[in-house]
Amino acid sequence: MYRYDDFDHRFVDERVAQYRDQVRRRLSGELSEDEFRPLRLMNGLYLQLHAYMLRLAIPYGVLSSTKLRKLAHIARRFDRGYGHFTTRQNLQFHWIKLEETPDILAELASVEMHAIQTSGNSFRNVTTDPFAGVAADEIEDPRPYAEIIRQWATLHPEFSFLPRKFKIAVSAAEDDRAAVKMHDLGLYLRRNDKGEIGFELLVGGGLGRTPLLAQTIKPFIARRDLFAYLEAVLRVYNRHGRRDNLYKSRIKILVQSLGAAKFAAEVEAEWQAAKGEAVALPDSYITEIASAFALPSYDRSPVDEAALEQAIATNPAFARWMKHNVAAHKVPGHAIVTISLKPVGQTPGDCSADQMDLVADLADALGFGEIRVAYEQNLVLPHVRRDALFALWQKLDAAGLGSSNIGLASDIICCPGMDYCSLATARSIPIAQRLARHLSAREDAIGRFNIKISGCINACGHHHLGHIGILGVDKNGEEVYQITLGGDAGNNAAIGTIIGPAVKSEAVTDAIDKLIGVYAAMRQGGETFPQTFRRIGAAPFKEALYAAH
Amino acid sequence: MQLVTGNHLRDGTVIYFAGAGAWSPSIDEARLVADDEADSLLAEAQTGPVPLPVIGPVLVEAVKENGRIRPLSLRERIRVSGPTTGPAAATRR
Repeated sequence: MYRYDDFDHRFVDERVAQYRDQVRRRLSGELSEDEFRPLRLMNGLYLQLHAYMLRLAIPYGVLSSTKLRKLAHIARRFDRGYGHFTTRQNLQFHWIKLEETPDILAELASVEMHAIQTSGNSFRNVTTDPFAGVAADEIEDPRPYAEIIRQWATLHPEFSFLPRKFKIAVSAAEDDRAAVKMHDLGLYLRRNDKGEIGFELLVGGGLGRTPLLAQTIKPFIARRDLFAYLEAVLRVYNRHGRRDNLYKSRIKILVQSLGAAKFAAEVEAEWQAAKGEAVALPDSYITEIASAFALPSYDRSPVDEAALEQAIATNPAFARWMKHNVAAHKVPGHAIVTISLKPVGQTPGDCSADQMDLVADLADALGFGEIRVAYEQNLVLPHVRRDALFALWQKLDAAGLGSSNIGLASDIICCPGMDYCSLATARSIPIAQRLARHLSAREDAIGRFNIKISGCINACGHHHLGHIGILGVDKNGEEVYQITLGGDAGNNAAIGTIIGPAVKSEAVTDAIDKLIGVYAAMRQGGETFPQTFRRIGAAPFKEALYAAH
Repeated sequence: MQLVTGNHLRDGTVIYFAGAGAWSPSIDEARLVADDEADSLLAEAQTGPVPLPVIGPVLVEAVKENGRIRPLSLRERIRVSGPTTGPAAATRR
């Protein structure tokens, strides 16, 4: 894991001191709210419906046990004893007091964390594959590149006031577990004909009001040219991006309006023009950063697979967890464990302080003290020996963290919605809770199935990418829910299609039942929901949903 | 009828303008005025020594029923009673 150097420590400590003084001046009346608001937002502090909300950065979703324990401490000391993991691999505390935020940021700085650039028109948290470094299907660990980009993007003097926020994702695996194509800028690590590692560059993805998938504008960029090419993209965006219209300010709108080919040509011209003066990314620096992400010293002694098989054979609940929550590891005898933060009936992504402490303890005992956050709002232990899996599951299950539902119907991505968020137009969490309760008993039969729910058009719940997406909107003072079908993230990324008129809150469960019924009846072989949807089209689903209306 | 609500500067809690420079966490203590007096109420709520205890003061529609004040919008009802998501969010520290 990357550790702060002296520069990083000084930088974050100075920011805490600056912010402490800004809060003091706000509370004394020296600063008005109009003056203070951009300052607090630069440090991740929003105002929500019931309280301030602090969104802190978890760079590329990587946590140590020490950091997670600190988050548990902050949850207990400064919040209501829990936090909410977000779809950008970050954490939000929803019950924060302004006067305590300097102390919280100081606590975060003590474990090499901060909340810088979790708001505002700047680079946001760089995200990546939660299985990075240990996935059997990756060509190289993407985390060093995510860290290098994080360093480049932090308070970059030329790009601190972009037309709008800017999200970057990096993936190195065959299976895109980072939803790269929904980002403003995406990077896939690729190997060229000469065997050299470089990047495929995509731009123009994003959800919200105008959902678009990122398009490839450069199939291969040499590693040394990473900064130069990123700067070329950002300069074109800075120059031509719309600053006059909030709804048209994201890079996706620029790419759409110019066309990907013209945008690519502009970037190429900018890159060629600035080539001589651009900073190259030296191999030595990549090597230096990569050394911080070296794999731990695994115990490579033989695993008692017979004992594990026996535990699976005699415990159906454990067998189900093994099937859904445990993934292949590139080191024999080890496994990647996803801890579901989707217990049926609870708030997706919420984690109590006690649960954070438990996960930190388990990571120390069984997983080299490392934890990852997945954008699906779950946690990952990336280094668990297979002969520790049964004991791990028992401890997780006893703490309410043993849900065996990864990738299934109750593993719902869900934004905070109108229960917390000042932007929301409808509630999303109660819909997720009801659907999970309703579908969990038969989710194995349904198979891999992604429901994604947003409480407003900004789409923090990724509803456009759900096999079934649900968007809550306000219609004359009533919450109604618009349903989209056929969306997908990852390799087969697709934007869902709106199926028809929105349904009332009390009708959502029945509506989803009908749609799943069509899928169950019409799917062929191992088809996923989006595959069936693309094959048979919307008509059978519309018929089932609206025929009686 | 309308009232003025916002969030407390220091801790972000939901508060209501009670008149005469006072703010209360209880909606039942809010000053509820006819629609044609609402703009004046909002102006009054934004007057006072700096810093004001409130941020983001706005007018919202409400009614008085059986002696209790009830906001009309679901959003404001959630601001009164808290998240509807279960017990985990229910208790303030």
